[in-house]
Amino acid sequence: MSLKDQTTLRIVLYEGSGAQPLSTGDRFTAVSTLLEKGFALTCVGGAGRVAGADGTSLLVLGRFDGGRTPQVEDANGAVPIRFQDIDGIDTHGVMDLVESVRAEAKAAKHGEWKPWFPVIDYDRCTNCMQCLSFCLFGVYGVDEQQHIQVQNNDNCKTNCPACSRVCPEAAIMFPKYKAGPINGDAVSDADLQREKMKVDISALLGGDIYSLLRERSEKAKSRFSKERDSSKALQERQKCLTKLAQAGDIPPEVLMSLPSPEEIVRRAEEAKAKAQAALLAANRTS
Amino acid sequence: MTPTPRILYCHCAYAQIVPKEVKEAVLKKLCESNAAFDAVADLCEMSARRDPALKRLAEGGAVKIAACYPRAVKWLFHAAHADLAAEATEVLNMRVQSAAEVSAALFHPDLKPNLPAGKTAPPPASESPENEAREEMTNA
Ligand code: SF4
Ligand code: SF4
Repeated sequence: MSLKDQTTLRIVLYEGSGAQPLSTGDRFTAVSTLLEKGFALTCVGGAGRVAGADGTSLLVLGRFDGGRTPQVEDANGAVPIRFQDIDGIDTHGVMDLVESVRAEAKAAKHGEWKPWFPVIDYDRCTNCMQCLSFCLFGVYGVDEQQHIQVQNNDNCKTNCPACSRVCPEAAIMFPKYKAGPINGDAVSDADLQREKMKVDISALLGGDIYSLLRERSEKAKSRFSKERDSSKALQERQKCLTKLAQAGDIPPEVLMSLPSPEEIVRRAEEAKAKAQAALLAANRTS
Repeated sequence: MTPTPRILYCHCAYAQIVPKEVKEAVLKKLCESNAAFDAVADLCEMSARRDPALKRLAEGGAVKIAACYPRAVKWLFHAAHADLAAEATEVLNMRVQSAAEVSAALFHPDLKPNLPAGKTAPPPASESPENEAREEMTNA
């Protein structure tokens, strides 16, 4: 199932009237453990406002007076609500309960995918389509108005920030990247100059990565046909990829997972054609 | 009287980019404070799955968000079709601010909106890099 089609569960830690408050230590342990497991939660008890309800299933946890969970339901029947008394249950027990409710509600299991994907800063983006043309994994696409969009986040190669190097406007962020401005830090003029220079590197990584790989592959192939030494051809490819990894801080495992040179060329042509079509359509509508 | 801003805490669970001691100290302060708050495991993951919960978190007036860079947070919400209101959002950055600074700002009754301002004016058509790039691509 695609990431975007999964439902989620909202947990409410209730400590208001009709329930006993948790000790500060227990509250912190419960909240941090639930967050580590990927759940979104709302702590209600003290003063202050929280986000309103929507259609998301609710699991309300609390130390309810006398162990009696409230008989409450959404009058419109739009929000499935379930209450669970957690008095006397340790954190492990609470987690087991939450996990079984999650499974029953068929809600998403979190943490199976590291959220690594490009995020576009549309204040900077000029819709030039360089990113769409560059990416081999179909992460980018366009909306109905031919505006660039990140469409398939989970196709992105973990820890690879390559497309952010291609963007001439420093408009592509990876919020979990180590350094600015790719991590979302403000873009300075100096950054922009650097980013523009990096386009040259990206030309190596983008346009020329294909020809480079093709060239290497041709050489490796001819040697291969002479020597029938497959390990040498592989070594050759590894050497080339390591060099590229060093130039653009792209994890070697990402480069190693690239498809065959022939497939790379095919996908690159497909991506370029997609970008050209989008630009032509955008030109027609503007 | 304007209502007290809501608090949203992001645990950045799937990467080690927010210092552990900062996020733990901020969360501890929240748990000790007796304040009501929303907490999410990882805003990035929610944005990637276009989680409708981001809409409910963006709506509902003034909000203070403890997460990372304001520019990243702004566009993560946007990517999930849940734009934050610029005049009603303050983002505290646990990547660079200390736990004490973040906590003090979260509990301060005043809101200091700090999302990056949007485009002031589009570049003139003739200088637009977009057009240059288009030309390059269509001439290719
Ligand atoms: S390369 Fe940058 S400016 Fe060009 S479309 Fe992609 S995000 Fe926008
Ligand atoms: S929004 Fe920032 S703090 Fe939150 S998960 Fe993403 S990178 Fe981490």
